[in-house]
Amino acid sequence: MIEFDIGVDLFPLLAGTLAAITCGLLGNFLVLRRLSLMGDAISHSVLPGLVIAFLIASTRNPLVMFAGAAIAGVVTVVLVELVKRLGRVEPGAAMGVVFSVLFAFGVLLIEKAAARSVDLDADCVLHGQLETLFWIGAPERWVDLFSWSTLDAAPRQVVVLAIMCFLSVVFIAALFKELRIAAFDPAMATAQGFNPTLMHYVLMIFVASATVASFEAVGSILVIAMLVCPAATARLLTDRLRSQIVFSVIIAAATGILGYFAATAIPGLFDRGSVNAAGSMAMVAGFILSVAIVLAPRHGVVVRVWRRRRLGRSVAVDDLIAALYRAEERGMSGLSRAGIRNALVGRAADNALARVRRRGLVDEREHEIVLTPDGRRAAAALVRRHRLWERYLVDQAGLPVDHVHETAEELEHVDVTPAPAQGQGLDPHGRLIPDEDADLDGASAGHR
Amino acid sequence: MRPEHSADSPLSIHAMTVAYHRKPVLWDVDYDAKPNRLIAIVGPNGAGKSTMIKACLGLAPRASGQVEFWGESYRRARSRIGYVPQRESVDWDFPVSALDVVCMGRYRRIGWCRPVSRSHKEAGLECLERVGMRSLAGRQISQLSGGQQQRVFLARALAQEADLYFMDEPFAGVDAATERAIVDVLRELKSQGKTVIVVHHDLQTVPEYFDEVILLNMRVVASGSVNEVFTEENLHKTYGGRLTLLSEAAEAIARAAGGA
Repeated sequence: MIEFDIGVDLFPLLAGTLAAITCGLLGNFLVLRRLSLMGDAISHSVLPGLVIAFLIASTRNPLVMFAGAAIAGVVTVVLVELVKRLGRVEPGAAMGVVFSVLFAFGVLLIEKAAARSVDLDADCVLHGQLETLFWIGAPERWVDLFSWSTLDAAPRQVVVLAIMCFLSVVFIAALFKELRIAAFDPAMATAQGFNPTLMHYVLMIFVASATVASFEAVGSILVIAMLVCPAATARLLTDRLRSQIVFSVIIAAATGILGYFAATAIPGLFDRGSVNAAGSMAMVAGFILSVAIVLAPRHGVVVRVWRRRRLGRSVAVDDLIAALYRAEERGMSGLSRAGIRNALVGRAADNALARVRRRGLVDEREHEIVLTPDGRRAAAALVRRHRLWERYLVDQAGLPVDHVHETAEELEHVDVTPAPAQGQGLDPHGRLIPDEDADLDGASAGHR
Repeated sequence: MRPEHSADSPLSIHAMTVAYHRKPVLWDVDYDAKPNRLIAIVGPNGAGKSTMIKACLGLAPRASGQVEFWGESYRRARSRIGYVPQRESVDWDFPVSALDVVCMGRYRRIGWCRPVSRSHKEAGLECLERVGMRSLAGRQISQLSGGQQQRVFLARALAQEADLYFMDEPFAGVDAATERAIVDVLRELKSQGKTVIVVHHDLQTVPEYFDEVILLNMRVVASGSVNEVFTEENLHKTYGGRLTLLSEAAEAIARAAGGA
C-alpha cells in the first residue's frame, strides 16, 4: 500500500525528482556527443574539489562548494584531454584514469580531514541521504502547503536543487541552437563564431554543479544514472533533438516519482521495510531504458523483429506464387501441398499458403493448389522482375550466367525493376520474360 | 594589408606554413584568389588540400604566415565566408532534420541565444529547393542517401549567403544527380559574382567545371587559369612522386620534436 505523509515524503520526493530532472536534461548533450562517461568522470572527480574548497574556506556554504566543484569539473576536462593526447590512449581510458585517481585523492583528503573532525562523509557522497529530509511540523493537508511558510521550511538541499534545475532549464533553452551546432558539427560552429570548446566547458561546469547540488540529497549513483538513462531512452523514442529533450525531462520526472514510491512499495510486498530511495530511482531509470530498448517505435527490438518477420512472410508469399507460375510454364496445372513445401524449403509453407488463399491469389481443388487470375498476374510481375534482373546482371554487371539466379532471387522482392533491353524477350537461361501487363490468356493458355 | 595583396582579392595567403604536431604539411603557401572565379585545389593524397582550406578558416593551426579576406582578418570577414566540410566529418545519426542542418548556416545571422525564426526556416527551405531537396526537408538526416547528405551540406552553405565559399571534396562518392546539382549551384554562385574554392580529386572534370586551379603537393606547384596552368608538365610535377627531400625534412623535424 502506498501512503503519502507530507512530513516524511514531500521533500525527499521533491529532492529526488529535481535532481533527476536536472541531470536528465544536461545528460542529453553528453549522450549526443558520445561523452556519457564524462558525466561519470565529473561526478566522481568533483569530490577532491569539494574537500579542498571546504578545507580552504571552512564552510559548507553552497556557493563555496559550487566554486570548488566547477573548478574540479574544468580540471577534469583538461586532464582528460591531456592524458588522451600525451598518453596516446582512447578517450574512455583517459576518463577512467582521471576520475578514479581524482576520486581516490578526494577520499584520502576526506580521511585526512576527518582526523580534524570534519563533517564530510564519502558514503553519503555515493548514496545520498534522501531519507533525512523529513519535515517536522508539516501540515496534514495539501491545501496548507500553499503558503510562504512552506518555503521557509524547505531544507537547503531542496532549495539548491530547485535553483540548479531552473538554471539548467534556462541554460539549455537559451543556448539550444548553439549547443546543437557545437555537438553536431564543431568545425561549422567554429567557422560561425560559436566556440564549441567554450560551450563544452560551460556544459561541463553545469554537469559538475548539478552533481554537487544532487550529492547531499541523492548521491552520485543516481546522478550518473540520470545523466545517461533518460537521454538514452528519449533518443530511442524520437529522431528530433527538441522532442528528445522534452521526453528526457518527462522520463526523468517519472523516474524520480516512480522510484521513490517503489522504494517503499516493492519491499513492502515482501513484508520488508523500505530501501534506499536514490538507489531505487536509479533502478527504475535502468528499467525504463530496457523497456524502451525492447518496445521503442522505430529503434526497438520488437519492431525490428516484427519488420524482419513481415519481410520474411512477404518473401514466402512471393516465392510460393512464383513456384506455381513456373510449374504452369512446365505444363502443370498446379502443385500439390508437398510440392509447395518443396518449393519453400525451411519456411512455414502452410502459413504462407493460408495467407495467399486469404488474399485470393490461389485456389485449392482436388489436392492441388492452382493460381487464380489475380495470383497469376502478381506471379507474372514477379517472375518478370526476376528475369529482367538476371538479364541485367549478365548484360550490365557482367556476371556469369550460372551465378545470377540467387542474386535475382533476392532482388525480385525489391521495388526496383531494370528497364527491359530492346528486342530481348528471353532471360539468360532462354526462358520467356513475361510481359508488363501479364497477358493472362497467353500465360495460362495450355492449362485451361 | 600588404602591398602585394589587393583588397579586391577574396583570399590572399602569404607565406603560410601549417604543421600538425610540429610536422609541416604545407610549406610557404603564397596565393591570391581572383574575384568571381571557380577555383579547384588539386593534388595527390596527403598533399595538404583539406589542410589548406582548414588553415585559412582557422580550423588547423598555422605555424606562420598570414591569411586575409578582402584585405581583412578572418574574424572580421567571417560572415562573408561559407564552408562545406567533408561529409564524413559529422555524425549523421544526430537527431536533426535536413532543414535543421540547413538552418545552421544562418546561426551567425540569427545571433546568440535567439531561436530560429520562421523567416530563417523559409530561407532554409529555399536553399533546399535550389539543390532539389525541398521535399525531404523533414527527413532525419540518417535516412538520406550519401548524395542527399552532401546536398544538405551544400544547401547549408547557400544558407550562409556568403561571398566566398570553401568546399572540401563535395564531389567525393556522390551519385550523378548530386554531381549535376553541385555543378549547377557552382555556376549559379559564379553568376552571382561569388568565388568558390573546391578541393577536387577528379582531374578529368577540372577543365569542365573550373576557371582556375591550384596544383598542390605540400607547397603550391602552380596556380592560375586552367588553360595556362593545367598542363601535363605541371601535373607531372604535382603527382610525379613526392618531394622526397621536403618530406624527409618534415619527418626529421617531427622526430626531433618527439612527435609522430
